[in-house]
Amino acid sequence: MFSLDQLAIGQKAVIETIETDLLPLKLIEMGCLPGNEISLLYLAPYSDPLYLKVDEAHLAIRKEVAKFIMVKPLLND
Amino acid sequence: MIKNINVALIGNPNTGKTSVFNALTGLNQKVGNYPGITVEKKQGYCRLDRITKARILDLPGTYSLNASSMDESVVIELLLNKNDPDFPDVAVVVTDVENLKRNLLLFTQIKDLEIPTVLVINMSDQMSRKGIKIDIEKLKEKLNTEVVLISTRKNLGVELLKEVLVNYRQLSKAPILDTKTIDPAYFESLSRAFPNQSLYKLWLVITQDVNFTKLQRQKVPDTTAFRTQPKSYLKRLQQRETIRRYQVINQILKATYQVNREEATDLRTRLDNLLIHKFWGYVIFFMILLTIFQSIFDWSSVPMDFIDASFANLSDWTKAQMPAGILTDLITEGVIPGLGGIVIFIPQIAFLFLFISILEETGYMSRVVFLMDRGLRKFGLSGKSVLPLISGTACAIPAVMATRNIENWKERLITILVVPFTTCSARLPVYMILISLVIPDERIIGINYQGLSLMGLYLIGFLMAILSAAILNHILKSPNKSYFVVEMPNYKLPLLKNVAITVWEKTRSFVVEAGKIILAISILLWFMASFGPGKNFSEAESLMTEKFSQASLSEIELEQEIAAFRLENSYIGILGKSIEPLIKPLGYDWKIGIALISSFAAREVFVGTLATIYSVGSGAQETIKKRMARELKSDGTALFNLATGISLMLFYAFAMQCMSTLAIVKKETNSWKWPMIQLLSMSIIAYLAALIAYQLLK
Repeated sequence: MFSLDQLAIGQKAVIETIETDLLPLKLIEMGCLPGNEISLLYLAPYSDPLYLKVDEAHLAIRKEVAKFIMVKPLLND
Repeated sequence: MIKNINVALIGNPNTGKTSVFNALTGLNQKVGNYPGITVEKKQGYCRLDRITKARILDLPGTYSLNASSMDESVVIELLLNKNDPDFPDVAVVVTDVENLKRNLLLFTQIKDLEIPTVLVINMSDQMSRKGIKIDIEKLKEKLNTEVVLISTRKNLGVELLKEVLVNYRQLSKAPILDTKTIDPAYFESLSRAFPNQSLYKLWLVITQDVNFTKLQRQKVPDTTAFRTQPKSYLKRLQQRETIRRYQVINQILKATYQVNREEATDLRTRLDNLLIHKFWGYVIFFMILLTIFQSIFDWSSVPMDFIDASFANLSDWTKAQMPAGILTDLITEGVIPGLGGIVIFIPQIAFLFLFISILEETGYMSRVVFLMDRGLRKFGLSGKSVLPLISGTACAIPAVMATRNIENWKERLITILVVPFTTCSARLPVYMILISLVIPDERIIGINYQGLSLMGLYLIGFLMAILSAAILNHILKSPNKSYFVVEMPNYKLPLLKNVAITVWEKTRSFVVEAGKIILAISILLWFMASFGPGKNFSEAESLMTEKFSQASLSEIELEQEIAAFRLENSYIGILGKSIEPLIKPLGYDWKIGIALISSFAAREVFVGTLATIYSVGSGAQETIKKRMARELKSDGTALFNLATGISLMLFYAFAMQCMSTLAIVKKETNSWKWPMIQLLSMSIIAYLAALIAYQLLK
């Protein structure tokens, strides 16, 4: 388990835990919930922001926020 | 008897909510914005059937009822206030067929407010292509309301929606989620303290602390039965509410929604690979910017020249038709040039909004936010500052309003403060005339000096914006953490109707709102130049005839002397002369001083003012540029030389000369502090830059 910003591009993972007090509510509303599948699609230069697919939503967040999301990578099939 | 009902359109951004609005109302809509109204309020009318007329309010896009930006708070403010004249009889939640799950989060919240709520599933024409199947009958049953499939692109379902709206009274008001299940202990105590109240509404009143505007509402008092909980506890409850809602939604969708995700690389992936590429992404973005600017300058010059010539002809024609007198003068020298000064901007504004609305409609704008965020953050801005900064090249007013979806207050404030540095279209006529006066029309390796100068002025404005942002970033303290969350919507072909309506709306409101000010100032100027106190003004004719009685002047020359003397002694002449000592070090005389004063209301008045002053001064018709070139200093050399020209251009590049912008900044920041800081610091920067330039070049 590691934080979301350490995920490799194209890698799929499952959200394990989230820092509930620090994560903006909006992210949770967009589907950033424990148990949901998440994958990193693209990175802007300097690896920030991150372009993600969470559940069925596509969104971009900054690295500082990505650190609050812990994920467990899924084995690539 | 016509029955009127209120309908509110609510939905996540990028669901095509505005397309549904346009499909219902067509051009029968009006947008309130500009000074006086803080939040863009779009409403329109639609005849639902023979006897029912709906007033349709297009509320700002929002992901949930937990507001994190000012636009979103508007939605809550309205839905919690039953006494608001806009309070909806029926709410329509517009969703996108592909993101139904996330869209339903907002739907369940609206439904829980016990307002009759219709679910519209938009872009239904995409269903088969995306492998989506929905059991509509079952969904209606589970959500306990009407569900309407719509495709605004194919114009399907709109009539059915109208039918459902007419019969809104038959819709159930029952909530979907039992609020108590979020936290039984907390909500039990809340309902004991406030019996007979909707728990969910109470909950919203407690939790919604809106960032930028003060919501008027009573505080929930502490009683023995109910204790206020700390913020972190409430936030955890909000998260639990969201999780609970998703559980309910997942159950509903499991029984009604099927998706077969088999398509391999879709359009999104292929376009994203290119458009947010670490190298090509930026190249493409700058190419697009280049095209936009090219169109603003090059393509719009044809209609602009045409407008310019038409108004000059109209003025001459009117003068010939009407009997000579003060009314004719007012119309031909005050009103018509004033109107011309507004209409001439239409091509540029229209082109700019054409591009902006296409970029937004296609979903490309979010990619720009993604590309630019990191770079701009160094200067205290956000990726979301790009759109305001681009819009600023048309007009600072819509640009300041476009900052609303920047959630972080500090980033938003900095964007608002620096946006007026970007070269708005009002500066263009000033630049154009000055450049053509003082910069030679010659080429160096095929590049025109004049074009180069214009580009330089744009760059200077943009660099100044970035520089001030960096300084402000160090000075301002940030009270809250960043909440940068940007949805990356699917790419879509822009709907022609939406683009056309946006262009029409924005252009129209510019002409009407900014036009009022420009027209009023033009008329005021004409009056101040046509009247004056004391003998010198009223007896100018006899005084001058006497003075030049020995000299052998032709009739025309004498007339010019009289007019010039009269102008010098008019109200505006006196005003200009009084500020001359202050502006002399910048290379300006009192006539330019008048233009400076009048353009503190709006920059574009500069050329019009000089036109008024010089035409009042000369009487003879000749183009303003030739007239300016003929203007001499006391030593007999041309007034508009390189030093004065550059000094003026720099002054206009940096000075805060726009009352409307100050007014909108006051509205958006909710205090006079920021617009005053803006006015003062920008004026000082402008004065110093002009002073240095003139003293070095003269």
